[in-house]
Amino acid sequence: MILNVTTPDGERHALEALEGWRVMEVIRDWGLPIVAECGGACSCATCHVYVDADWLDRLPPRSEEEEAKLDEAFDVRGTSRLSCQILMREELDGLHVTLAPMPR
Amino acid sequence: MSPDAATDAATAPSIITAEGAGPHQTDVTIIGAGPCGLFAVFELGLLDLKCHLVDILDRPGGQCAELYPEKPIYDIPAVPVCTGQELTDRLMEQVAPFSPVFHLSQMAEKLEKLEDGTWRLTTDTGTVIDSKVIVIAAGGGSFVPKKPPIPGIDAYEGSSVFYAVRKMEQFRGKKLIVAGGGDSALDWVLNLQPLAESVTLVHRRDEFRAAPDSVNKMRALVAEKKMTLEIAQISGLEGENGQLTGVVFKDKERGEWSVPCDMLLPFYGLTMKLGPVAEFGLNLEQNLIPVDTEKFETSTSGIFAIGDINTYPGKLKLILSGFHEAALMSQAAVRIVHPDKKIRFQYTTSSTDLQQKLGVA
Ligand SMILES: Cc1cc2nc3c(=O)[nH]c(=O)nc-3n(C[C@H](O)[C@H](O)[C@H](O)COP(=O)(O)OP(=O)(O)OC[C@H]3O[C@@H](n4cnc5c(N)ncnc54)[C@H](O)[C@@H]3O)c2cc1C
Ligand code: FES
Repeated sequence: MILNVTTPDGERHALEALEGWRVMEVIRDWGLPIVAECGGACSCATCHVYVDADWLDRLPPRSEEEEAKLDEAFDVRGTSRLSCQILMREELDGLHVTLAPMPR
Repeated sequence: MSPDAATDAATAPSIITAEGAGPHQTDVTIIGAGPCGLFAVFELGLLDLKCHLVDILDRPGGQCAELYPEKPIYDIPAVPVCTGQELTDRLMEQVAPFSPVFHLSQMAEKLEKLEDGTWRLTTDTGTVIDSKVIVIAAGGGSFVPKKPPIPGIDAYEGSSVFYAVRKMEQFRGKKLIVAGGGDSALDWVLNLQPLAESVTLVHRRDEFRAAPDSVNKMRALVAEKKMTLEIAQISGLEGENGQLTGVVFKDKERGEWSVPCDMLLPFYGLTMKLGPVAEFGLNLEQNLIPVDTEKFETSTSGIFAIGDINTYPGKLKLILSGFHEAALMSQAAVRIVHPDKKIRFQYTTSSTDLQQKLGVA
């Protein structure tokens, strides 16, 4: 299963992903620059990504908790998601996300 | 041991906070009042060592209290489930017999060794604590406000952009923009509105996580035209030489527009930064403090590191590991504070001596 990730420098990475892993975990496991301070608990908003528009309707919608936590992210768009809240599964093979600007 | 501590026995186990800047005298100074710092008070207390704790947060509990107070923890031995806040409350109850003294809302900033070997810790508010032993239980670092990645914001920090309010007077008669939708943003909107020339609250959606009462008060001020609410996001800053003149807002329908502004207060939650501990002269490995696994001592004798902040082969960032580290560290700490004392190993179950310390015998 492949997860495509574009980093802030504009480079695109095709990452081998495992079913059931959070998108954030795949990105972190491959050593790309994601803060993910709370380790996937929807408590920090430092795993903010933009999902490629083509993929948007294949994702389950934001939960209320994710929506609220996005308040702490910057430059939130319609395509914004917290990547710890998306689990990799068969239908998401090839998903493309772009890392959002991170706070300092 | 801490003569100038204001003890508040009536409402025990409420938090004992320190009065005055000191120098306070104690056995052990603990930097960080997260779960590991708190449990260290217990283990040190059983060995008759008194503690002062410093934390930048305004309450104990570290990550458990700040990041997930309502979320369940399932891997504390013999506690099948408790929330982050419950764990904190129970630890506070457990350490109450030892009357630890808390210095909250303060950053442990400077560490120096006095001539007689005592460590002197100074905080950013000028509190001074002297002790024989330092325990760094700084976790993921100190909780500090997130700095939003707005291009060029650094140039305005401290002069026009503020992540916290220290002196309200500074904002009198100014055009303020407050960003965010949580309690900090709403509290400061309500507090600063009476003295500012104008206040604009900017938030990405017309829903707020802040306490409903604050939200109602804010909406009432908006209805009375005493302040402005913009559902938008910040996209840029205008000004020069560190002085803001405007903030650029954007939203999907209206595009971009600029709003006049003297001072901007962004409240996007907190993040953890190692902070001043990096300047204590200790060895660091990727912002963690290497320790041995016998005493959990750092490269500097008399300074220990426990919990998430330390690293050693096989380290797991779990509360349970930090508790274990606290117990072993305490055995080494007591030998530094009382080098001539013979230490015996005792169980709380059977030792009347320990039970007296806990106030149960
Ligand atoms: C969402 C989430 C869920 C988790 N779930 C679990 C779980 O189920 N089980 C588990 O075992 N662990 C869990 N953890 C991890 C656990 O919370 C940490 O291991 C634990 O909090 C570490 O405790 P600590 O005392 O070392 O540090 P922390 O809890 O990080 O506390 C450190 C404190 O030190 C303060 N500090 C640091 N530097 C300074 C300074 N210079 N001056 C003043 N104050 C300072 C900080 O402000 C902070 O309050 C979870 C973590 C998160 C984020
Ligand atoms: S990792 Fe913290 S919200 Fe996703």
